Amino acid sequence: MSTPTAVLVGFKARRRASRRRSLKPWYRNGTLMAGIVIVALLVLVALCAPLLTPYSPIAQHLEDALQAPSAAHWLGTDKYGRDVLTRLLWSTRVDLRIGFLAVFIPFVVGSVLGGLAGYFGGWLDLIVMRIVDVFFAFPFYIMVIVLVFVLGSGEASIYLAIAAVSWVSYAKIIRGEVLVAKQQDYVVAARLGGVPHATILLRHIGPNVLSQAIIYAMSDIVMDIMAIVTLGYLGLGIAPPTAEWGSMILDGQEFITTQWEQATIPGLAVVVTSLGLSLLGDGLSDLLSPDRRK
Amino acid sequence: MSEQPLLSVRGLTLGIRHKNDSVTTIVDGVDFEVAEGERFGIVGESGSGKSLTLRAIANLLPRGVEVLSGSIDYRGRDLVRMPADGRRRLAGPEIAMIFQEPMTALNPVMKVGEQIAESPRRHLGLGKEEAHRLAVEMMRRTGIPDPARRAHAYPHELSGGLRQRIMIAMALSCSPKLLLCDEPTTALDVTVQHQVLRLLERLCEDTGTALVFVTHDLGVVNQTCRELAVMYAGGIVERGKVKEVFADPRHPYTKGLLDSAPDFDRPDHELVAIPGFPPDVFDRPAGCAFAPRCVYAVDHCLEASPPLEPVLPDREAACFESATIFERTPA
Amino acid sequence: MLHRLRFVPGRIVQAIPVAIGVTILVFLMSHLLPGNPAVALLGDRATPDRVAALSKHLGLDKPLWLQYLIFLGNLLRGSLGESLSYQQPVSGLVLHAVPVTLSLLLFALVLSLLISVPLAGLAATRPGGARDLAARTFTLLGQGMPQFWVGIMLILLLAVKVRAFPVGGYGDTAADHLYYLFLPALTLAIAMCPTIIRSLRASTIQVLGSDYIGTARSKGIAGAQLFRTHVLRNAAIPTVSIIGVNLGYLVGGSLVIEKVFAVPGLGSLMVNAIFARDFPIIQAVALFVALFVVVVGILTDIVYTLLDPRVDLAAAQGAAS
Repeated sequence: MSTPTAVLVGFKARRRASRRRSLKPWYRNGTLMAGIVIVALLVLVALCAPLLTPYSPIAQHLEDALQAPSAAHWLGTDKYGRDVLTRLLWSTRVDLRIGFLAVFIPFVVGSVLGGLAGYFGGWLDLIVMRIVDVFFAFPFYIMVIVLVFVLGSGEASIYLAIAAVSWVSYAKIIRGEVLVAKQQDYVVAARLGGVPHATILLRHIGPNVLSQAIIYAMSDIVMDIMAIVTLGYLGLGIAPPTAEWGSMILDGQEFITTQWEQATIPGLAVVVTSLGLSLLGDGLSDLLSPDRRK
Repeated sequence: MSEQPLLSVRGLTLGIRHKNDSVTTIVDGVDFEVAEGERFGIVGESGSGKSLTLRAIANLLPRGVEVLSGSIDYRGRDLVRMPADGRRRLAGPEIAMIFQEPMTALNPVMKVGEQIAESPRRHLGLGKEEAHRLAVEMMRRTGIPDPARRAHAYPHELSGGLRQRIMIAMALSCSPKLLLCDEPTTALDVTVQHQVLRLLERLCEDTGTALVFVTHDLGVVNQTCRELAVMYAGGIVERGKVKEVFADPRHPYTKGLLDSAPDFDRPDHELVAIPGFPPDVFDRPAGCAFAPRCVYAVDHCLEASPPLEPVLPDREAACFESATIFERTPA
Repeated sequence: MLHRLRFVPGRIVQAIPVAIGVTILVFLMSHLLPGNPAVALLGDRATPDRVAALSKHLGLDKPLWLQYLIFLGNLLRGSLGESLSYQQPVSGLVLHAVPVTLSLLLFALVLSLLISVPLAGLAATRPGGARDLAARTFTLLGQGMPQFWVGIMLILLLAVKVRAFPVGGYGDTAADHLYYLFLPALTLAIAMCPTIIRSLRASTIQVLGSDYIGTARSKGIAGAQLFRTHVLRNAAIPTVSIIGVNLGYLVGGSLVIEKVFAVPGLGSLMVNAIFARDFPIIQAVALFVALFVVVVGILTDIVYTLLDPRVDLAAAQGAAS
């Protein structure tokens, strides 16, 4: 960039603005707060689902099948006579739980492999990154769908399948960050000073590179929830009759001409959930790396 | 003064208008005139407002900065109040501009010949072939070797000096009346810098183009310009003929600048830096902006801001103490 | 221009290890299935004779690496095995479905660009303004919608309520195809747009603030002409790699979307195979899609090179080796 006064003045003004923004306490960050509120509400719903409606999410009442929304059933009933609202609320438990838990294994595996590859470089880096390339060739959905098919449906398979696919992204992110961090003066100094590699990685590099992975994890949870819902829609996810948004959409699609809300509303629930998580991620990234954002 | 000047800047005030209607003034009431074919230099440190003033004339103020008051008359028409459309018709054939960084001022994905031809095609109504021929001719005139082949090069394939020649060819392609230069040689090696300045001077002489030349480099002004304005913290502090100002500065800041610049004619001359830093745009002092750094400042200087007043024939300075200081220490 | 594409052969050679890795991974998938892979490949109802025959053919008694070489040999001869549910070679089924999926992808890509480019341009001209906010809302929501659900919603609005488009299918003539593929392509475009808009908006803002845009303005160039000749190509350069990376995601999505709209492409083939537990087809589709992504990676590099005269991947290759 050239630095004529014009640019300089703009730069100063921007720097003041960003300084003001980063000095702002976290609870004054609107994006972050909106995300926290939405996610907290969803978690609350998941925890309190049994208390919120008087119905069971799975017990069938065929005599009450396919009712329109009423005072008794705010969102109507499905083809087995189950209360749609109850199933919607109970789904939160399944989808949120799997979504959150599914990021842990890939986060750890990907970060460790990416961190080691980036730090030590050489043949280790070469091998890890070639494996990353191979996995990267398989689109997320394809890999998850095929693996869940191969491993058999159920929660454990979903965790394994997601882990097998998404560690790649963490490895790439952490490797890139470590490559940068490795060049920093304090790391170079520590290496020259004979500090053991493990100490350097854990104490000096780790805390500085993890924030990017944490920010990515927020959008990864969204991806995972999408995958779970998609698997449910394809009939590969959580086995029925457990309530789950994807399978609810699948059930509702049959009656799209008569009861459009049955397929629409579970989808909206997914939208709200991802919106909350995306806002949370954006807010976190404002907070953790203000200098990197536009 | 009987003849109408080519460019007449009157009370030009630039600043940022904030959401709560408060205003940060960056350039405050700048006046100067440029006659046809004149070469006018504006000197100042970064942050003095010199580049913004130039950009205001070129209609290239950055987003958020606006003309708060004053006028920029070009051949009697006020550019500030001219509709955007009319303004754009002047850009190129009447007023052209050359930027500091020949690296970044050229479109990286467009062949340099096309970039030179763009303005003639738009303003002179030339066809693709004719415009290309003109572009090659302009490149030849700016001393680019093998112009027909180089016209098909991309900017990154050329050296910094060649790129700046491309910029000059581009700016002069429609024979403008006024050429605005924003530190055009700062990014170049000293030897190349000298060549480019000579070239600029020669071409402007040939076409009768007037120059407004913004720089922080006193040597460059000395080589290129006849008239000079020194800016400090958003205002002009001294104005006059280059030779006379250099020989006998009448503002402490100008004197400070001259004392801090190496002078090859007087190698034994001791370099003295001006103490302190220019004030932040957002935090300018109440009185004379230079007072906090000025060794001659008296109480009065901290209270009121001195107007630009005639101190010698053909010379103006904005300093209450000018007469006292410069009679005591003649140059 | 052409000499800058001399990196392509080297780039293809580079892709070979990845392609081999892809075949290994796909090969291993059949061994992850519970029980005898021959049973998996033949289905539960296969007679013991046939299981024995296939076991011998696959060399299941042989070491794993030899089995892989047999698998690779079959693959190179174009044999992907036999479909259980269709009782015909998988390769034929896949080749039949590929053009459908490719045209859907291409259509979706064109629609995404038609939506994203103007939206990103409008958002970038005044960052923080109303249009920018609208674009940001669109990207936030667009990212959060399950693709198949967007498809169902489009069916509900434009096929069921308004009846402007068919609920699903593919039609018979080329014009039909275009008409039938519009909604699925739009669904995919809506999924793709947020990423493109984000990237294009950021790069457009950066380009608009660059010195050469000031130069162009000082030549009196403004408005649509400025955007077309100076902004778009520069802003597109980083976006091309983003699109390249995300095309894989688009392919994954398209498979599910095909199921929603009953488009007879690879996705429908695969999803039906899932229900029929027809593993050879699933394996073949996964293999094909992964190899497609590898090819897209190379194509992305080519487009990138053609767009940006500063990029010389051949020189980069030379420097690296």
